[in-house]
Amino acid sequence: MPFRSLSDIQAQLNAGERTAVEVAQLYLDRIKQYNDDLNAFVHIDAEHVLAQAQASDAYRADHEPRPLEGLPIAVKDIFCTQNGPTRCCSNILEGFEAPYDAHVITRLKEAGAVLVGKTNMDEFAMGSSNETSAFGGCKNPWNTDCIPGGSSGGSAVAVAAGLTPAALGTDTGGSIRQPAALTGLVGLKPTYGRISRRGIIAFASSLDQAGPMTRTVKDAALLTSIMSGHDAGDATSVADAPNFDWLTACEAKDMKGLKIGKPKEYFIDGMDEEVRAQVEAALKKCEDMGAEIVDISLPHTEYAVAAYYVIAPSEASTNLSRYDAVRFGHRCDNPEDLEDMYARSRDEGFGDEVKRRILTGTFALSSGYYDAYYLKAQKVRTLISQDFKEAFEKVDVIATPTSPIPAFKSGEKTEDPLTMYLSDIFTIAVNLAGLPGLSQPCGFAQGLPVGLQWIAPAWQEDKILAAASAYENATDWHNQHPKEFGGET
Amino acid sequence: MDIDVKKIANLSRIRLTDDEAKALAPQLSSIMGYIDKLSEVNTEGVSPTAHPHDVAMPQRADIVTNTDRRDALQKPAPRTESGLYVVPKVIE
Repeated sequence: MPFRSLSDIQAQLNAGERTAVEVAQLYLDRIKQYNDDLNAFVHIDAEHVLAQAQASDAYRADHEPRPLEGLPIAVKDIFCTQNGPTRCCSNILEGFEAPYDAHVITRLKEAGAVLVGKTNMDEFAMGSSNETSAFGGCKNPWNTDCIPGGSSGGSAVAVAAGLTPAALGTDTGGSIRQPAALTGLVGLKPTYGRISRRGIIAFASSLDQAGPMTRTVKDAALLTSIMSGHDAGDATSVADAPNFDWLTACEAKDMKGLKIGKPKEYFIDGMDEEVRAQVEAALKKCEDMGAEIVDISLPHTEYAVAAYYVIAPSEASTNLSRYDAVRFGHRCDNPEDLEDMYARSRDEGFGDEVKRRILTGTFALSSGYYDAYYLKAQKVRTLISQDFKEAFEKVDVIATPTSPIPAFKSGEKTEDPLTMYLSDIFTIAVNLAGLPGLSQPCGFAQGLPVGLQWIAPAWQEDKILAAASAYENATDWHNQHPKEFGGET
Repeated sequence: MDIDVKKIANLSRIRLTDDEAKALAPQLSSIMGYIDKLSEVNTEGVSPTAHPHDVAMPQRADIVTNTDRRDALQKPAPRTESGLYVVPKVIE
């Protein structure tokens, strides 16, 4: 049961085999049993979870069930939720309770979901390993000496260890796809602008996008279909975005006629050889199912990380200027004057990685450097987008490894921020171009999960859902679960 | 690259001790050194990307849609009084 998909649980609920309360209680018991070992959840209110499940059972007794009726879903601590803390895993938000629900949370509630709790994350979503959380890092259930990936590491661990059947994350430079890959899950970053960002604590506004982390492709499609749609309260939410039937898109059984681009820049020297072999084997499998593999080039890929580490910190330095100790957040004791209050409160509240990125961004935006860094990075971003546009004239989708390496040991890269930044080398370009990307499990390297990344043109998530569903139907990687946490079902 | 960390910290409104500034300087230099890779790219005639998609800035009718939620919105503030935010003295 703990490793069932949302679709399976939904079928059981609809058949009357279980109640929402029974399902919620099962996952609450799992959380109680394993969370101390994993540190996946940072806030759980069992009473509130059971009350939501009871309300769902009562609703079902009198109405047709809603699309997510009674399904437990955990959310990253970056989503504002009423009735409990929202901290973005930062000390600067200690004691903060949001006065409203994020738009995405409202959508889930309206669809009948049971919100399980808040999951651990890198502070303000800044990290690739989930080691910068104010609550401490969380552990990869496949090997608890290893990181789960970041920044949505808590959501990844919660699903991978069977503490919830699905969770939400956010992806600014790969923060859904990379932890999904390193823990053996499906992670979908939809097209930028498809899901409202209102009520999601901002990191880098032109890059951030929410998405699901699930066991199956169909579950990811189900959740995204609920979360999607224009929100007049978010100026970056795109009106009249092209849409399709999300669940029908997951019915593909083969890949006949599908042209898959294989970019040479994503199979580089220095990447883990076992990861390379697994992804090559996955592409061979796709070929066997009727796909044509086309060698392509995305020549500006090597500049994506540099462009990202100008654009994301610049936007972050602006967004995080709102933490001024006036309207919300931590305020230092006995400030001498206003300047002292700003500077000391921010010093005490922000962790080292957040400070490092604010300083990088402030420097890149400062007088005399704006053209050389920020403007230049935005122009390189245009070239990266053009590379993808040209590639999609030749192919339907692009397939790459999600991460060049499997999960690494905790503490291994914390001393050298630049090496850590290179962990997201295969996911960042997708965010810069605003495209949809999906990671799904495709094997193991050193006993740890490996991810296969699919990339599609903007608004064409149906193409990657079809390809990923066909691959999932033909393989068994998504049914592998960490044995230490009861992964036998 | 030499970066005046204390100056940048001041612009960022973050107080750093001398030791913290000293520790951060080589890290920031290494990051900016990597970012200098961007100068290799010829961007002549290339427009910068402000939004990943080619969409128009949304507009709406100039009508009030907000309700009064002052109490709820001020609840998380460190100090308020009579509906105002209280901060240290600004003018002597």
